[in-house]
Amino acid sequence: MTAAAATTPLAHSASARRLEASLATRDPGWVKAVVLTVGLGFFAVFLLMPLIAVFLEAFRKGWQTYLAALVEPDALSAIRLTLLTAAIAVPLNLVFGVAAAWAVAKFDFRGKQLLISLIDLPFSVSPVVAGLIYVLVFGAQGWLGPWLSDHDIRIVFAVPGIVLATVFVTFPFIARELIPLMQAQGRDEEEAAVTLGASGWQTFRRVTLPNIKWALLYGVILCNARAMGEFGAVSVVSGHIRGETNTMPLHVEILYNEYQFAAAFAVASLLALLALVTLAVKTFIERRAKRAGAEETPT
Amino acid sequence: MGRLRTSRVLPGFGLSLGYTLAYLSLIVLIPFSAVFIRASGMGWDAFWHAVSDERVVASYKLSFGASLLAAAINTVFGLVLAWGLVRYSFPGKKLVDALIDLPFALPTAVAGISLTALYAKNGWIGQYLEPAGLKIAFGPAGVLVALIFIGLPFIVRTVQPILEDFDTEFEEAAATLGASRWQTFQRVVLPTLLPALLTGFALAFARAVGEYGSVIFIAGNIPMVSEITPLMIITKLEQYDYKGATAIASVMLVVSFSLLLVINGLQAWTSRRLGSAT
Repeated sequence: MTAAAATTPLAHSASARRLEASLATRDPGWVKAVVLTVGLGFFAVFLLMPLIAVFLEAFRKGWQTYLAALVEPDALSAIRLTLLTAAIAVPLNLVFGVAAAWAVAKFDFRGKQLLISLIDLPFSVSPVVAGLIYVLVFGAQGWLGPWLSDHDIRIVFAVPGIVLATVFVTFPFIARELIPLMQAQGRDEEEAAVTLGASGWQTFRRVTLPNIKWALLYGVILCNARAMGEFGAVSVVSGHIRGETNTMPLHVEILYNEYQFAAAFAVASLLALLALVTLAVKTFIERRAKRAGAEETPT
Repeated sequence: MGRLRTSRVLPGFGLSLGYTLAYLSLIVLIPFSAVFIRASGMGWDAFWHAVSDERVVASYKLSFGASLLAAAINTVFGLVLAWGLVRYSFPGKKLVDALIDLPFALPTAVAGISLTALYAKNGWIGQYLEPAGLKIAFGPAGVLVALIFIGLPFIVRTVQPILEDFDTEFEEAAATLGASRWQTFQRVVLPTLLPALLTGFALAFARAVGEYGSVIFIAGNIPMVSEITPLMIITKLEQYDYKGATAIASVMLVVSFSLLLVINGLQAWTSRRLGSAT
């Protein structure tokens, strides 16, 4: 019970309405006006305007140009490659995330903290460096380069390299959502299930999975958003072959550099839409988790 | 020993840990070691020559300078925004709260071309700034703008939960003792927020140093003026100078790891602070 309370900090915090009603925590009206004007002004200029600009620029030359930019063969092949990349990278990192969280949360072993730090490593690396490390291993001058060319296998400047770089940059997303949650939930429920004769798989499916399903979904959508939108790492390993090794963000870059602005923003608007859907799902899941937390801890 | 026995009630230890370590090694650790092994094999002179090249040094100055400045600007405005979101109710608050994470979700290339369109001399914002002598796009100022965009959620999202969790009793006590709101904020609230602000600053800075996609479109990429360090790695790669690229990458990695240590320390400090405060 204490663990559940610790993970729901909002349960006892006051709402904005109550804070504004109390004399001790109420700011003068002009302070509120200044804070909101400055804060929301900054928000509008730096976050809202770039978002709106994507859609306005995309439709600047009308619907027909917009649609034409999306159904053009190179755009379609970029969309296909982006979907394929995410379809490989997300399940791989999902399986890894669950396995890592199970090992870290349900067992004690030496070097656990180091393992958690290593899992986070890809987050602290520049995407460009992430791409470079795969060129150094699989590229023509890389460790495996001569062997790969002898066997006529292409990884860098081909689809496998794009997938690998994407797997690398999205590596921690699901694991880092699951690890803290499963650590907070402890082992009691699973141990009870196993003691009562459930198999490992049954325990995971019937006990663990229902407990982590929202965090899992959350991790998956964040991982997916990054997998579809990754630019720097993929740019290094792609080789930019039109219609072959261009993902959507790379296609946006090519169109933009060719001064086809409306087309670039049309493809970009699909990615912006993906971002908005991601944020909507994220907000929905957070609200659910918050409500579930509030129900668990009586106030 | 008792701990060991209870932990083995659950199945799958060998499988889950084994898989985790194998996958981690294959995807992250082995490719990663390539950078350092390659860099250490190139000899000190060649390494030093690559990392201290005039153009590369100019890129460090821009990358680190703009990242620091962007993180500092975001710390101030991020705090204001977090305060507004936690302390006040206003129409559209939920929408604003949800959109704060936009830079995490929006692909960097999309942000890059959009910011460029806004700040170019015929853009919505650029058309007013350029006549006033403020050239943003295609110069160092453009780098700053892009780094502000990607860094903002780091500050808001580290400060916001601390502020939400902040026990109002402290403010009530301060008010009872006759402190003004400003004194209370300065002496009671701000010290509590300090670790979170520093953590957010460090996170935003670390992200900004490595950022590529949102910057290269708006930067103009003029040698010695507006080239960022990640772009120097790409430039070396395009010239098939793998050694040069590896050397610069290893410098960036050392910086990233140092920042990671600092951030871990700050986070430990934050949780200690909060633990002792309640």
